[in-house]
Amino acid sequence: MRDTSAAETRHGTQAAPEVEIERLCKVFGLGVAAFRALDEVTLTIRRGEFFTLLGPSGCGKTTLLRLIAGFEQPSAGALRINGRAVAGLGPNQRPVNTVFQNYALFPHMTVADNIGFGLKMLGRPRAEVRATTAEMLRLVRMEAMADRRPAEISGGQQQRVALARALAPRPRVLLLDEPLSALDLKLRKEMQTELKRLQAETGITFVFVTHDQQEALTMSDRVAVMSAGRVLQTGAPEEIYNRPADRFVADFIGDTNFLDAEVAAVAGDAAELRLPGGAVVWAGLPEGLRPARGDRVTVVIRPEHARLAEDGPLAGTVERSVFFGTDTHLHLRLDGGGAFILRRQNTAAVNGAPAPGSRVRLGVAEGAVQILRD
Amino acid sequence: MALRDLPAADLAASLEEEAPAATRERHGWKWLLCAPALAVLVFAASGPLLIVLVYSFLTPGSFGGVRWEFSTEAWFRVFFARDIFDPEDVRPNAAHLAIFWRSVTLALQTTLICAVLGFPTAWFIATRPAHSRGLWLFLITIPFWTNLLIRTFAIQEVIRNQGLINTVLLRLGVIDAPIQMMYTDFAILIGMAYVFLPLMVLPLYAAMDKLDIRLLEAGYDLYASRWRVLRHIVLPLVKPGFIAGSILVFIPSIGAYVTPRVLGGGRNMMLGNLIELQFGQGRNWPLGAALAMTMLVLVVAALVFYIRTVGREEAGRRDG
Repeated sequence: MRDTSAAETRHGTQAAPEVEIERLCKVFGLGVAAFRALDEVTLTIRRGEFFTLLGPSGCGKTTLLRLIAGFEQPSAGALRINGRAVAGLGPNQRPVNTVFQNYALFPHMTVADNIGFGLKMLGRPRAEVRATTAEMLRLVRMEAMADRRPAEISGGQQQRVALARALAPRPRVLLLDEPLSALDLKLRKEMQTELKRLQAETGITFVFVTHDQQEALTMSDRVAVMSAGRVLQTGAPEEIYNRPADRFVADFIGDTNFLDAEVAAVAGDAAELRLPGGAVVWAGLPEGLRPARGDRVTVVIRPEHARLAEDGPLAGTVERSVFFGTDTHLHLRLDGGGAFILRRQNTAAVNGAPAPGSRVRLGVAEGAVQILRD
Repeated sequence: MALRDLPAADLAASLEEEAPAATRERHGWKWLLCAPALAVLVFAASGPLLIVLVYSFLTPGSFGGVRWEFSTEAWFRVFFARDIFDPEDVRPNAAHLAIFWRSVTLALQTTLICAVLGFPTAWFIATRPAHSRGLWLFLITIPFWTNLLIRTFAIQEVIRNQGLINTVLLRLGVIDAPIQMMYTDFAILIGMAYVFLPLMVLPLYAAMDKLDIRLLEAGYDLYASRWRVLRHIVLPLVKPGFIAGSILVFIPSIGAYVTPRVLGGGRNMMLGNLIELQFGQGRNWPLGAALAMTMLVLVVAALVFYIRTVGREEAGRRDG
């Protein structure tokens, strides 16, 4: 698994680890009823990066977040924050704050009191609490709402207050548990930008939990894809998208075409593959995978990595087309079996699609065919 | 839980949220739909009260009942006593004042004990898994299904000189002679706290049930200790439950009749017993009526004071 991050390339050096997670396990219940929510998770979250835990509901991402926050204690494994083991420490003893999914603002306090709560509990002087609260209100642009109660402001505003409240004590790590899921689409887009801005301005390490792959790809420096209590792949969004480690990751992130192929020849770190219908393509082999001639493998081709081409290796019949505005999706039935979706960018010149039933040939760009290890 | 429908619970709830004027106006003439209920209230609740008020200004009949002659003597006697031989020799009615004082302090102490015991009890129930909470609530309400008199005798069985506590302590050699608990204010206090505890637990539970557990997590996350989460988050949020519970316990406590009668013996009277005495052996209905009205005023004054104090605290915090 290669690990490159935008943060790393930006600064040119590898940032220091902020959260180190080693073979972390969490088991709920006992005996037969035991449920392994986390299974030997190992991760390193770097200082100052926007790190996302991505996975379907029940994959253990929220459990991992709660372990980092200190709401749950691990069944096994080690957890270090800023180099210090935090096992046994409660949430109030860790330099970590959480933005909850439902915000969990204190309904009996004003916006300003909510934001100042953490500092007050830390025993900071009154003047400092007031000053930091004012600064945070400015940071999330909520100065006008300081004296309102949480029930008197909108969902998006509550979200900002929850962020300000968690940022006010200047934690080393900010944990965000699906904070945008309750917002409508437009507000969600706004908050995504807002979150990135806040992270850049404060320089705090963000650990973001979401099941929305689009959100993960657009916001993160690095993403960890989780399923059934395990981390399947960690890497920059481009890497996860372009070189998915296995079938689950490929399927979960974006739209993908899965094709059965037969290995025709192996040369160096590339293989010649025979696709359905007899088409032959070359594809790079993922690290550690050395198939023999005649092995069956699964390959993925992203819908936007194929194009209509007279001399393409794949042939098929158009079943239907779906117009999306910016692009059109062609649903094809390949010769030799298998469905294929092709995404075609609509331009002023190219608009519309071949009629259902027409025969087309497909070309795939170099490097577009990925072999999965599964 | 039908408890939320109780007037006292409503009262407490309305303290918390100010209804916007707009919603009130929109209802227009719809209040007429309440007319049947209002009629019942007027005739069944206010009517008898009015009779009591009128009786308190009449003259006692020789064998009970009243003679229709206006008199303020009953009201005078609530607070003052006349010498038997010299009606002009007027002193404050020490016996009555002592009973007022005992009633108020015992009711306050009962409320306090119920609050202290009720909070952890309600918290325990509210933090059980959803499917077992019903069972715990059921257990709390079981005593309600038993006659009050029987429950009071059961308490007597525990605290009397040959009762459970004294027997155990004697056998263990902790004490040489039984501790006199029966026929003391302490016995009345124990009895009332036992009898009225569920009235505190249920509204507290209702308030805690609505409490979002994530608010407590948010508190811990923001560096509050367990104690400070309790102080700054739990207590303010379950305050409506405390207010409702305190009202529900205080009112029946101050007018308690059976418990002081059985556990306090004849000597440690409370207001309820004093009033009963006037309508029974005392044959002084106007005095009984005047005492009943006095108690009503006491309760209303206590409630107004309580609500004002709590309300001001709230307003003060909002400003500060």
